[in-house]
Amino acid sequence: MVSFIARRLVVSVLLIIGAAFIMYVLTSLAGDPLEEFYQSRLPNREQLMAQRIERLQLNVPVALRFFLWLGGAAKCLIPFADACDLGLTVQGQPVTELLPQAMGATLQLVTAATVLAIIIGITVGIVSALRQYTTFDVFVTFLSFLLYSLPSFWVGVLLKEFVAIGFNNFLRDPVIPIPWVIAIAVGTGLLWVGLIGGDMRRRLTVFGVSTLATAAVLVYFNLSNWFITPALGPVVVLVMSAGIGLVMVALLAGIRNRRALLTAGISVAITFVVYFLVQPLLNISSLYTLMILAAATLVVGLLTGFFVGGPDRGQMMRIGAFTAVLSAGLILVDRYMRAWPTYMGLSSIRGRPIATVGAETPNLVGDIWVQGVDSFTHLLLPTLTLMLISFAAYTRYARAGMLDVLNQDYIRTARAKGMPERVVIVRHAFRNSLIPIATIVAADFGALLGGAIITEQVFAFSGMGAMFQRGLSLPDPNPVMGYFIVIAVMAILFNLIADLTYSALDPRVRTR
Amino acid sequence: MSLSHTDIPDPTALEREVETEGVSQGRLILRRFLRNKIAMISLGIFLAVVALALSSSGIFGIPGWWKYSHTDLPKLLDGGKPTLSLIPEWLGGDGIHLGEHPFGQTLIGIDYFAMTMRGVQNSLIVMFVIGILVAVIGTVVGAVAGYYRGWVESVLMRFTDLIIIIPVIVLGAVVGQIANQHFQGLGVLGLSIVLGLFLWTGLARLVRGEFLTLREREYVDAARVFGAGDARIMFRHILPNAIGVVIVTTTLVMAAAILLETGLSFIGFGIRTPDVSLGLIISQNQTAFSTRPYLFVWPGVFIVIIALTVNFIGDGLRDAFDPRQSRFVPRKMKEQVKA
Repeated sequence: MVSFIARRLVVSVLLIIGAAFIMYVLTSLAGDPLEEFYQSRLPNREQLMAQRIERLQLNVPVALRFFLWLGGAAKCLIPFADACDLGLTVQGQPVTELLPQAMGATLQLVTAATVLAIIIGITVGIVSALRQYTTFDVFVTFLSFLLYSLPSFWVGVLLKEFVAIGFNNFLRDPVIPIPWVIAIAVGTGLLWVGLIGGDMRRRLTVFGVSTLATAAVLVYFNLSNWFITPALGPVVVLVMSAGIGLVMVALLAGIRNRRALLTAGISVAITFVVYFLVQPLLNISSLYTLMILAAATLVVGLLTGFFVGGPDRGQMMRIGAFTAVLSAGLILVDRYMRAWPTYMGLSSIRGRPIATVGAETPNLVGDIWVQGVDSFTHLLLPTLTLMLISFAAYTRYARAGMLDVLNQDYIRTARAKGMPERVVIVRHAFRNSLIPIATIVAADFGALLGGAIITEQVFAFSGMGAMFQRGLSLPDPNPVMGYFIVIAVMAILFNLIADLTYSALDPRVRTR
Repeated sequence: MSLSHTDIPDPTALEREVETEGVSQGRLILRRFLRNKIAMISLGIFLAVVALALSSSGIFGIPGWWKYSHTDLPKLLDGGKPTLSLIPEWLGGDGIHLGEHPFGQTLIGIDYFAMTMRGVQNSLIVMFVIGILVAVIGTVVGAVAGYYRGWVESVLMRFTDLIIIIPVIVLGAVVGQIANQHFQGLGVLGLSIVLGLFLWTGLARLVRGEFLTLREREYVDAARVFGAGDARIMFRHILPNAIGVVIVTTTLVMAAAILLETGLSFIGFGIRTPDVSLGLIISQNQTAFSTRPYLFVWPGVFIVIIALTVNFIGDGLRDAFDPRQSRFVPRKMKEQVKA
């Protein structure tokens, strides 16, 4: 194993150096940094040119200049030495100063989009595979093809227009018209019918219940002016976390498992009590408090499962932890919602919260909750744009992978020996279908970083993509190379992780 | 006729022919593809778009039937509003007609239908040139690497790895910028050739994998015993058995290529004015969305139509070449159990 990783790392480093060389030469061909001076009539033209030649070492031939650059970049590998040198921009600023801020912005964007796309994409793909050739499956398949064929820049502008501006206009008079209420409710009802399936009677029940429930919620939103002063409140938090607990038990242990129900119940009860206790603390919280609270939630969840114990202690601990963390998430969402009116009232927002450009409102004043809402409103649309496309891809992979697994003999064996369908799907099929997906997801992450270039341009997001694009069109070669080296290292690293995950998950694959 | 394993007369073949007419693999695949409704509808729509784009503005100097070109500057009529009407008169509309400027006019009066058609044409050119280059280079590199193995494979595959590290869009942007800086005259064709020269890596890997397994088959040994040369074995014997991967991957690369080209043109590293790309005109008109949405909608619709139909065609081809995918049908299984 160690020798495998070592060998892969050596090969990867050589590949990165090679690819960096290609990029360096191509970038130098893509534009001459001195071009702007050739036509200029500035009196100190010669001096400026000499300065730039010296900064970018343009008097050295390209091939040699690459090795000078590489020497500087190699110093980044020395830990804690702070000797990193990725060259200067045309303005004389070190690239290493530009990188961290740009990387932070892009990573924030890409991480949120990837995580959401993975969770939603895999869930939808698997449900669609379990309901193969039903209306739901055809709908999902068509949708994923459509999303896959959408140009991200076009979607981005459409989202800006309809979601951002449309929603902001809607907030002026936040009442959903009755025809819309009916349409949304019926649509939601149909979606649930497709998801749950079953015979005619069950379908009708599901449709009726979900349609009426959605309509009731929407009417409540209208009556309580919810879009201006949104909140979940203790009752909704309790009901929703009970629902989460039930789903977790149903998925992981089966609804008849008394101990599992007890674990989830205790977790939910603790959440409900904590909801009241923690509010004063949340009001004065910082990011670190929240992190500590999150860790505490996880521990409490695990402990609940541990003490309930029983023959399958690990399972109980999983149920406890998942229920506790997700329910605590609801408390957090509730608290963010309570910051919404404050945020809307700010002079820099003036009641139009969903932003179309940038990563944050400049000079925003407010506590951590207002800041959080601010990032949310700014990240919402770019994340959605990025997510839609990866969502389509993951749905396709998850569906194909699940169908593939369901065709295997061991699934038939499991069914034949009388396993409940839940165990067949969750334990035998789902886990095995995750193996190929894990590798694809890891490998895709690198590609998504590159793909953020277009999304960043549409939403005027000053991340890595913007840095690359500015560098390429100026032309300013060193930021371009800085961007490239980060992307390449990420891609290689995630590919390595993908391979290792594969060998860890699938014992048939050996790493030698 | 030369000798290869397919041409050797099979002693039992004559007898069998009397019983049933033999169906070749290719015919089976074609039949499966023709039976795929979604793929056939997509093919129809795609061909219709191609016909519309090529016939309306003409190609290779042959004039089309549309009266304006993307460089003409007719007078601005009615503030450049679109005149296309699709609601018939008996439904209270204006009747189905194109009018003077079906998609409207830009601010300076250029006919937007002509511009969009020119953009579609350019996208199609980029798509096909990239498709051809990817198919040829990817197949040859993959075939040579998989067939010869040894140092040839190492060199070719390490080179492939080298290019694969650089994300396609980054490579495309840099290469597009070079094409614009140095080969101003080549335009669309130059851009697509340069892009095609870098996009073959995925296909090469897949073809190599196919060749690695197929080269161990008996018919390859048989062909070699008959004295067939390397090139003949590779391209007449092994390749026909690996053609599915080539066709399917190339189709999907072509669908991705149109998104790549329009995306690059959108961020300014692809096709540039005075020529037209769908991505470029979207980028020019995105700020005008609230006042003149028709300038924004049509190019996007055409990109989606082309990419979607090509994706569906690729998927149909994949199903035709590899029908194993759709085996698990719970409902059918239940029906069988009941019966």
